[in-house]
Amino acid sequence: MSETASRIIKIATKKRYKNKYHWTDYFSYFYLFLGVLLMFGPVVWLGLSSLKTLAGIQEYPPTILPLSQIHVDVKGYDKPLPIFNVRQEDGSVKQLAQIKRIGINAKMVDPLNPGETVKVPIDKREKIREFKIQWENYVDPLRKYDFLLYFKNSTFITVVATIITLIINSMAAYALSIYEFRGKNFALVFVIGTLLIPLTIILVPVFYVVANFGMINSLWGVILPGAATPTGVFLLRQYMLTLPRELIEAARMDHASEWAIYWRVVLPLSIPAIAVLAIFSIMWRWNDFLWPLIVLSKSEVYTLQIGLNAFHGELTSQWNYVLSMTMVTLLPIAIIFAYLQKFITTGIASTGMK
Amino acid sequence: MENIRNQIKKFFLRILNIPFAFLMHAIDLIMWPIQKIIGVKNMPYIFLLPNLIFFGLFVIIPLGANFFFSLSSGDELLFAERELPTTKQYDQLFDCESYLNPNTCTEDFFWRGVYNTIFFVVFQVGLMIFFSVLTAVILNKKIIGRGFFRSVFFFPVLLSPVVVGLIWQWILLKNGAFNAIIESYGGDKVSFLTDPSWAMASVIFVSIWAHMGFYTLIVLAGLQAIPPNLYEAAEMDGTSRERVFFRITLPLLMPNLLVVFILASIKGVQTFDEIYVLTGGGPGTSTSLIVQYIFTTGFASSGSVQNFGLAAAASMVLGVVLLFLTLMQLYFSRNKESKHQEI
Repeated sequence: MSETASRIIKIATKKRYKNKYHWTDYFSYFYLFLGVLLMFGPVVWLGLSSLKTLAGIQEYPPTILPLSQIHVDVKGYDKPLPIFNVRQEDGSVKQLAQIKRIGINAKMVDPLNPGETVKVPIDKREKIREFKIQWENYVDPLRKYDFLLYFKNSTFITVVATIITLIINSMAAYALSIYEFRGKNFALVFVIGTLLIPLTIILVPVFYVVANFGMINSLWGVILPGAATPTGVFLLRQYMLTLPRELIEAARMDHASEWAIYWRVVLPLSIPAIAVLAIFSIMWRWNDFLWPLIVLSKSEVYTLQIGLNAFHGELTSQWNYVLSMTMVTLLPIAIIFAYLQKFITTGIASTGMK
Repeated sequence: MENIRNQIKKFFLRILNIPFAFLMHAIDLIMWPIQKIIGVKNMPYIFLLPNLIFFGLFVIIPLGANFFFSLSSGDELLFAERELPTTKQYDQLFDCESYLNPNTCTEDFFWRGVYNTIFFVVFQVGLMIFFSVLTAVILNKKIIGRGFFRSVFFFPVLLSPVVVGLIWQWILLKNGAFNAIIESYGGDKVSFLTDPSWAMASVIFVSIWAHMGFYTLIVLAGLQAIPPNLYEAAEMDGTSRERVFFRITLPLLMPNLLVVFILASIKGVQTFDEIYVLTGGGPGTSTSLIVQYIFTTGFASSGSVQNFGLAAAASMVLGVVLLFLTLMQLYFSRNKESKHQEI
């Protein structure tokens, strides 16, 4: 009996030795835990805080959940007063409303007996909280300020720009992958060339071109300059090169026009690549900042990003609205990511673009 | 259930297809006669045309115009009203008693931007690649919940610069969450964004936070391309994990890392948005980079004179730096590919 037991122990320890944890394993989990806190924490914190009252947001040190202090109306005072649990000298606890804080003392009043005030040292009192979600943070800015308009502008730019990008880029990719023609190499080099010129080094002259077309302070001034993307052309071309040529030959035999071959044969077959480009384009456009900042200077054409930045600049103290609108701005992208994360990450890993 | 869902999906796709098909048929009405006239052989030019027009209008012409703007002077945006030719802009940019001390330059704002950019890129890229490799190596191990951790690290990449800037501006406030954590551990409050000696560090931190996931993903792809039989052989030989990392993983990752380094530098040199939202280049000029200079000089909306020529000249200088980096990237990625083919 004891012999079998010792044998079992031996086997067990032997196995554990082989699978034993290396220090790098402990370190990995520690690192990942810290990573989740640092990467995801700020966004969760933003979400929770966007549901707090302005006073709750400005509270220091902050509470994690939207727990706001209860305020009560007291006879003889205009504003609702915050109430506290105050420890009395005899050890009992009494609820008092605070009128004013003076140094280390607070001037307080009993809500049931508003006639007389008492002075209480601030370390003797404790805030009474309740769990309260401030939905007004989300409703007010949409009603009082132009955020619905900004949302509409952003959506318009994103949708129209993505459609234009998909159509003209797939047309170019079709020409560069299916046909042999004179000047093809030149066109390819030309497209690669534009890849090397980021917007940041041609800001002034692009602004000049856009101004010449009269598109300053127009949504088209944001949409058109970035519509042709070299990365998009290459992504689609690489994919179209893999399509079987026989299909195109067969369509030509049936007297299909070249345009019909493009949209009836090649486009449907390239849906996977087009979907990747579509998602990228949506992300680029929704998050775009520098170019809209230059082109759009009137508030009726602001995108959500520009509007949010301007709103924050004007009302630095209204953090409750800023936080809720930041949430609204990031939500569409977060939803897309939640549904398509595998698609997005493999797209980025295989194309090396973002 | 699955079947019903598929049918609903198909139904919606078909509805979406109607305007698309309508548009395509309409275009075909124009394309068909064109094809009759110029022949099938010349059709690719028609397909290329829209894209090339856009590239021409918004990339090639502007590039040429940039030369023109940088070599002409005046406050007007119109070509006809600018004086030509002049090297005034470049003279002004490079007018320094000593290039090492921005205070002696006429355009001290530009030179501060240059030095800030160099400082920013060195630390941001260096630290970011370090943490990307560390994260990628950890995520490449057999870990519980790998997919979850991967998306957590990647998630900030999708956030817009304004969102990133606002979230962190709020967390790094003097009375913000970060300082609350520091104080709860007995530290002193820090003005992360308004203290000149802290602002740059904060900006670098936020920038790494926002972009690390992207590079982690690329390094991870590189790690997964390393043939697994090398690791199996090392395990049979009883090689320690540290040795495996330094002798197998790192050397095989090196060509990949080099490209990632340059890619990150190209993006780093052009950083603007997050910093603009986070600190606006301040306090003073302590976090203002080159693009901030170009933006402020060319488009400053708050009263001061817009100097398109000076902004164009500064972007030409930036363009030269970027061209150099891009050529390096092409050189190294070609090297990488030829090495792969040899194997």
